[in-house]
Amino acid sequence: MKKLIYLDNAATTKTAPEVVEAMLPYFTENYGNPSSVYEFASVSKKAVTDARETIASVLGAKTNEIYFTAGGSEADNWALKATYEAYKSKGNHIITTKIEHHAILHTCEYLEKQRGARVTYLDVDENGVVKLEELEKAITPETILISVMFANNEIGTIQPIKEIGMIAKEHDILFHTDAVQAFGQVPINVEEYHIDMLSSSGHKINGPKGIGFLYIRKGVKSRSFIHGGAQERKRRAGTENVPGIVGYGCAAKRAVETMEKRTAKEIEMRDYLIKRITTEVPYTRLNGDPVKRLPNNINISFQFIEGESLLIMLDMDGICASSGSACTSGSLDPSHVLLAIGLPHEIAHGSLRLTISEETTKEDADYVVERIKKIVEHLRSMSPLYEDFMKKSEK
Amino acid sequence: MYSDKVMDHFQNPRNVGEIENPSGVGTVGNAKCGDIMRIYLDIDDNQVIRDCKFKTFGCGAAVATSSMATELVKGKTIQEAMEVTNKAVMDALDGLPPVKVHCSLLAEEAIHAALWNYAETHNIRIEGLTKPKSDIHEGEDEEEEEY
Repeated sequence: MKKLIYLDNAATTKTAPEVVEAMLPYFTENYGNPSSVYEFASVSKKAVTDARETIASVLGAKTNEIYFTAGGSEADNWALKATYEAYKSKGNHIITTKIEHHAILHTCEYLEKQRGARVTYLDVDENGVVKLEELEKAITPETILISVMFANNEIGTIQPIKEIGMIAKEHDILFHTDAVQAFGQVPINVEEYHIDMLSSSGHKINGPKGIGFLYIRKGVKSRSFIHGGAQERKRRAGTENVPGIVGYGCAAKRAVETMEKRTAKEIEMRDYLIKRITTEVPYTRLNGDPVKRLPNNINISFQFIEGESLLIMLDMDGICASSGSACTSGSLDPSHVLLAIGLPHEIAHGSLRLTISEETTKEDADYVVERIKKIVEHLRSMSPLYEDFMKKSEK
Repeated sequence: MYSDKVMDHFQNPRNVGEIENPSGVGTVGNAKCGDIMRIYLDIDDNQVIRDCKFKTFGCGAAVATSSMATELVKGKTIQEAMEVTNKAVMDALDGLPPVKVHCSLLAEEAIHAALWNYAETHNIRIEGLTKPKSDIHEGEDEEEEEY
């Protein structure tokens, strides 16, 4: 079989074998519906309760503040839409950032266009960090919600969540954070960080796809978003995805238990890759904050070349990666995140994101660097932008 | 997502490079949208395209369409080259995904831009050739909104 080097762990991760093992009995043996009264179903019910307890304890939350969803996007939609509906009599203003995931940005656009919301999209600095003074300035008496992602999915920048939580608390505004990339990667405590709502997704931390949760602090009035049965304390109807929930609980436990050791290893490998690529390939830049950064994220722009070409050539060498180029986004514009940190379009088109895992070896890293060097050189030799640049610098 | 022919022309692009003192050279597209093509033509006294080279900044389809376009015009007269449309380029590549059709338009436009430059610098008129647009994305429809 062709060698596969998977460096797209921000897209999704391999489901850990122990997670699959924990899930399996809930398909074929303990398949009862947790809402049923008979003894057989109580096994399923207990499994859901246990997973909820695990996740709550990881976050420093109470068990009845964790609501399972079908994933991160649903949790984001729920947090924004239901909070807006519940609090719009108090005010119609939401503050978020320009670098959020589309699950937040498109939901905000919907609320603006269809529900009369006013949304402020905060700028970020050149490393992708929210400017706290601008956040304070944006607050009005109408502001009901601040939603800032914990860590960015493209450039890996970690936001000053604690400070943002403090500002929200001081102004008595609800604070939601999309922690899809951060949960299980960095320590999070909802009390310490004054987080009122938090979205997360199972498949980013070696859990299964199709499961996520929304943490809702007790007292926040966001009501049901999916109407129907009385599951999830009447706030999220639908028969529980028991195997998914079990898998997520197992994955969360695993992620937290191994966090310190795993992320130390990843940070070392991340910085090794960043250093080699940015020093051995000319005309490159690291995107995102060099320190306040997810342990597994590398995002580098290569001048004069386009990202999709780079991805296809890496794929031919068995390397899975992603890019912020327009060609991979289905539109003519490159990544909104890269534009928000001030990159010109042509540099944003030439970006490459590598998201490593604990399984990424030094041998893999060295192979990837060698391939990148060759491919970038080849694509530059075909690039009219590089030709013009070289001719100009000869003069 | 790409046909074998597209992949072949992307992996082994034909006629990459520059021509010194070309008869005509044309550059189209813009870096903002992520694709730029430059085509060099070497045209003899009988108005036959002796040689054709390209350089492209862009995705796999942009490289493949440039490569195929140079193959299709090489050895042709300039009138025959005028008949190399974006559809001809696409057909020769066994098709392109819908989102990549603009790459073939860019390739057609690049040939036309190089021919226009040749016509202007040699004071001739080429039947059916109009001044190329500087940006092929001009007038493209905005994305439809989904709600």
